[in-house]
Amino acid sequence: MDGSGILKGLGVTLKRLIDTYVDDFKRGKSRYYTQEGIEYRRSAEVKGIFTVQYPEEKLPVPEEFRFVPFLVYEETPEGEQKIRCTSCGICTKVCPAQCIWIERTTDPKTGRPRPEPADFHIDIDLCMNCGLCAEYCPFDAIKMDHVYELATYDRSNNVLDLQRLLKPVSYYAEIRPNNYQREEEARRKAEEAKRKAAEARAKAKAAREAAKAKKQEAKKE
Amino acid sequence: MSEQTVMIQNEEEVLLSRFPEVVKKDERKGYEGYIVEAKALKDFATTLRDELGYDYLSSVTGVDYLPEGKMEVVYHAYKTTGGPALVFKVQVPRENPVVPSLVPIYPGADFQEREAWDLLGIKFEGHPNLKRILMWEGFHGHPLRKDWREPFYEAEHKPYKSRFPNGEFFRAEDRNPFGKNVDYPAGFDPETWTPDNSNALIYEGLGRVEKAGDDLPTEQIVVNLGPQHPSTHGVFRMVVTLDGETIVDLEPVMGYLHRNHEKIGERNTWLMNMPFTDRLDYLAPMSNNFGYALAVEKLLGVKPPERAEYIRVIMAELTRIQNHIFAIGMFLNDMGAYFTPSLYAIEERELILDIFEAVAGSRMMVNYFRFGGVARDIPEDVMAKIRDLAFERLPRRIDELDRYLTNSEIVRIRGEGVGVLTPEQAIAYSAAGPVLRASGVPYDVRRADPYSIYDRFDFDVAVRYHGDVYDRYLIRMDEVRQSIRIIQQALDQIPEGPIVAGKQQYQHRVPAGEAYGRVEGPKGELGFYVVSTGKTNPWRYHVRAPSFINLTALAEMCKGHKVADAVIILGSIDIVLGETDR
Ligand code: SF4
Ligand code: SF4
Repeated sequence: MDGSGILKGLGVTLKRLIDTYVDDFKRGKSRYYTQEGIEYRRSAEVKGIFTVQYPEEKLPVPEEFRFVPFLVYEETPEGEQKIRCTSCGICTKVCPAQCIWIERTTDPKTGRPRPEPADFHIDIDLCMNCGLCAEYCPFDAIKMDHVYELATYDRSNNVLDLQRLLKPVSYYAEIRPNNYQREEEARRKAEEAKRKAAEARAKAKAAREAAKAKKQEAKKE
Repeated sequence: MSEQTVMIQNEEEVLLSRFPEVVKKDERKGYEGYIVEAKALKDFATTLRDELGYDYLSSVTGVDYLPEGKMEVVYHAYKTTGGPALVFKVQVPRENPVVPSLVPIYPGADFQEREAWDLLGIKFEGHPNLKRILMWEGFHGHPLRKDWREPFYEAEHKPYKSRFPNGEFFRAEDRNPFGKNVDYPAGFDPETWTPDNSNALIYEGLGRVEKAGDDLPTEQIVVNLGPQHPSTHGVFRMVVTLDGETIVDLEPVMGYLHRNHEKIGERNTWLMNMPFTDRLDYLAPMSNNFGYALAVEKLLGVKPPERAEYIRVIMAELTRIQNHIFAIGMFLNDMGAYFTPSLYAIEERELILDIFEAVAGSRMMVNYFRFGGVARDIPEDVMAKIRDLAFERLPRRIDELDRYLTNSEIVRIRGEGVGVLTPEQAIAYSAAGPVLRASGVPYDVRRADPYSIYDRFDFDVAVRYHGDVYDRYLIRMDEVRQSIRIIQQALDQIPEGPIVAGKQQYQHRVPAGEAYGRVEGPKGELGFYVVSTGKTNPWRYHVRAPSFINLTALAEMCKGHKVADAVIILGSIDIVLGETDR
């Protein structure tokens, strides 16, 4: 116990201090307030200081990052909004915080439910950002957002209704390109399979009918 | 027949022949273990401990079988030499549930029995200090009973009907406004209530105790460390009785963060509980997911595919690393090294949390495990990052931390010989994880009762022998190194393939029965005890929280030390209040 342990420890901190300055000089202006600098400071080989100057600098979030959900709509060429949600209700059933409220549309004429939501509420005060709604929605209609700066002065703003929840599919494709591509691929394949099945069915039907006609002709004779 | 089966059969014979009539096998479908009559419980437990070697009582909890009018207390005991659990239960009528306390035989049952009293109203006869532990005195009722309803009660279980298809939004507090949602027991008035003697010290700010039978007229003084105190790592209170600066007695007071996680869990569907487990020990969310998934998978009878098993292990070990280095950093804070070591430690933690974020979507609230696998595969670039960390950066950084702290005279002088827990005490108090292993008991669930694929990896169970604060620091360093080893092997072996078994459902009908899933979490043995009645919601969902149970030994460790030592002793246990209070 002669203090050499402390000195050795202080050596470690001194090295860090020096490393920071060396790094600063080496990398010059690009180390701070640039995208490249932020990337570098998050990497495994960084020496010296590590911190990011939030809010001037912001870390890029990874694709899978999730914060409160939004609803996806598609835009038709005429500029019409087509909401993907069919109001099947699965997300309300899987939501652990029970913070999704969906009102289903009923057809005024028949009184039967129609596959679209009349209104959709998410109380983001309750939402625990678990992502289960997005994971289990069978129509890729609800997705997790990347926006995380949501502080407000007024809590009553925090219940999002259908209009505030909607975002275009292009936004979704932008924040989650890989997921988007995977889903589109799957959808295309499913449609292909469906089309093929329909074709096969049509063919079979035609064949059957032809056979039938033949039979009848044979009978006539 | 294997040796183990023979042994278990012998055990069974011994127990059943020694206690005819009063001990029976639990024959209910999906259940295991023994049902013991209350009057024979103490003899039964003594036999287990002294003759059969079940020296470690891991978990004590209760289940309210409301339809049958019964309360059941469930015990899980282990041998510290390894092997599976021995489960035994006591059933008592619901109206007047009285069970003999096991504290004289297993002191580690102390807090857990208090919890069962507090939340389920089971009385433990002979308990030295049977009072509420998580709720406050003057709380009405026992909230885990099936007929107890919370202030914002809506229905017995989720999903609530009001959400769909006519979901008209409301706020829970609009239906049941603040102020009208509290319920006091008859005759209780919070304004005029005064604590009785046993509680007086805890409720008074600064009490004084006369020192009895001494020539010098000195006084002892009661000091509250916490609940708002930088040393307590959250909202936690240590009521210390001091003689000068020396601690004569210490009582931990907790429950400030209590939200009745278990009641919420019993309202939830099986899957909904997954993100809630993240919020237990929020410094080790992956381990929490792991334990819960194991328990439910036992009931469901599903097995994750190979790749998923490897991903689980990698994630669990990364969690351990980030938890331990964070614990070390914060521990140094407790010693007074103001933030430099902890910030060094947090750098590595940041990189690991970045991985969690990229894989699971969130740094801490990961919600990553599913029954039969994991939610998402690890992307290629993230895999490269993990590789980089495991093979390059982490080993280097641990060495640096080692150089920086391990031989520092301050750390050694303050840590050596402080807060000693002997191996016998550690076992008796059901201490788990690093606390147990630093006391010379090489017990690690990954080795003692391997789960998942831990039997495939080559690693050492870290153990240290002094049982003091310094050893609890060292053991975390050792364990980080072992975890790095495991990750390196897992990265080399991980196969390609699916990451989840079968198609994922959003609702599971889980076969009736009970299951106990346990993992070696960073803080110690983390267990999930679940009971299913075959519905979409658990009937009982209990968490064996290492942070909570490790505190049982805190008073013992602190007695005789200086008040400043209490701070680092607490730091060396490494608790997280989210898990302690649940
Ligand atoms: S968002 Fe998806 S899961 Fe929810 S109601 Fe619409 S379609 Fe169903
Ligand atoms: S993220 Fe989770 S809590 Fe939030 S709305 Fe979706 S399911 Fe509910």
